[in-house]
Amino acid sequence: MDTQAEISDEIAALSKEYDEAGVVETQPRVDYPPYRSSVLRHPTKDLHQADPEGVELWAPVFGPRDVDPLEADLTIQRGGDPIGERMVVTGRVVDGEGRPVRRQLVEIWQANAGGRYIHQRDQHPAALDPHFTGMGRCLTDDDGGYAFTTIKPGPYPWRNHRNAWRPAHIHFSLFGSEFTQRMVTQMYFPGDPLFALDPIYQSIVDPAARDRLVATYDHDLTQPEWCTGYRWDIVLTGSHRTLMEADTEGGDA
Amino acid sequence: MSPTPTPGQTVGPFFHYALPYPGDRDLVAPGTPGAVRLHGTVTDGDGAPVPDALVEIWQADPAGRVVARSGSLRRDGHTFTGFGRSSTDREGGYTFTTLTPGAVGGGLPFFAVTVFARGLLNRLFTRAYLPLADGAADALLASVPAERRATLLCRADDRGFVFDIRLTGEGETVFLRFPGQ
Repeated sequence: MDTQAEISDEIAALSKEYDEAGVVETQPRVDYPPYRSSVLRHPTKDLHQADPEGVELWAPVFGPRDVDPLEADLTIQRGGDPIGERMVVTGRVVDGEGRPVRRQLVEIWQANAGGRYIHQRDQHPAALDPHFTGMGRCLTDDDGGYAFTTIKPGPYPWRNHRNAWRPAHIHFSLFGSEFTQRMVTQMYFPGDPLFALDPIYQSIVDPAARDRLVATYDHDLTQPEWCTGYRWDIVLTGSHRTLMEADTEGGDA
Repeated sequence: MSPTPTPGQTVGPFFHYALPYPGDRDLVAPGTPGAVRLHGTVTDGDGAPVPDALVEIWQADPAGRVVARSGSLRRDGHTFTGFGRSSTDREGGYTFTTLTPGAVGGGLPFFAVTVFARGLLNRLFTRAYLPLADGAADALLASVPAERRATLLCRADDRGFVFDIRLTGEGETVFLRFPGQ
């Protein structure tokens, strides 16, 4: 099995190559060999440029029927308080023009405070928490806002290489107002010492782009005698339908 | 100035207790008049099945209407919402029970498809066109090299449609990039 030093050398070489190329990238590379599982699982051909058509210009609709408001609180799901650092994570979901994504589904999942997922394939010998499932959902409000109450997840080991550890993170699944805006990503915490070592985080080779996945600690969100607060805003790609409607209306935007 | 889109990340190995939900792959109840099955296998660069992928579809109804109805997460057994989600099984298989999509506007009918997987650092988009599609009549199909076009077409089987997804290598599926991505 590779060592962390070998993986870190590969990460450094790709980072240097990126800096020298001088072309800004904003998304992860799907071809990023330091993340070993990606080698056989990424397209080798260029993505084919397509204009969204028909159903792609719209997105599935979710409503109060789909999501119970209590699903946004991950600390009350199992009839007892989970172990760990209680926190709120809140922010806005906006599209590529900065407009709020209203009344749309946000799904999250995460490890518990000890870095253990309840998933049966997670064999990390850290304690399961009987009071924590680590999954939640909510609908954004009319300003694109979302908010979850949860427990700060711990870092956890994985088998990409020897002594590989993932920085603490929360997985986010997002929908926009068009199917082309669909995305899944991960939110991280400021100052994590594992950032430099993690090939999944580093697959976003641009440092400014990586920073966009890091939440901000916000003391105004922290509640006295109750929990800490983090803010993280999410920007989806542009909405083609709105642009087309603007065109139809003779808009010059 | 437009804000820069947030980067994607892999769905990872542990989404199974969060994203799948009861009824996720049944856009209509099996046995519904007109119900068809859309299914296929997700494979990797060695042709091996990918047992930890997640496939989503979004489609018009048989009349070519794009519906705007809630209820995909809590299906009532009667409302067609057009959205479905299926994790792959140990053989890389995914499956949906749905209705045949109609053409929207002047285009050919297709299922819009999104693919997520452990090992896949960002989601992929593609289209699963109905097998009746005449490639020359569709702008996207016409723009794809002829030898790769078949990767965007479903095959008919006795209960519906088969659409295999090859992430990489020989027979790699044509994946799409939309403007602004």
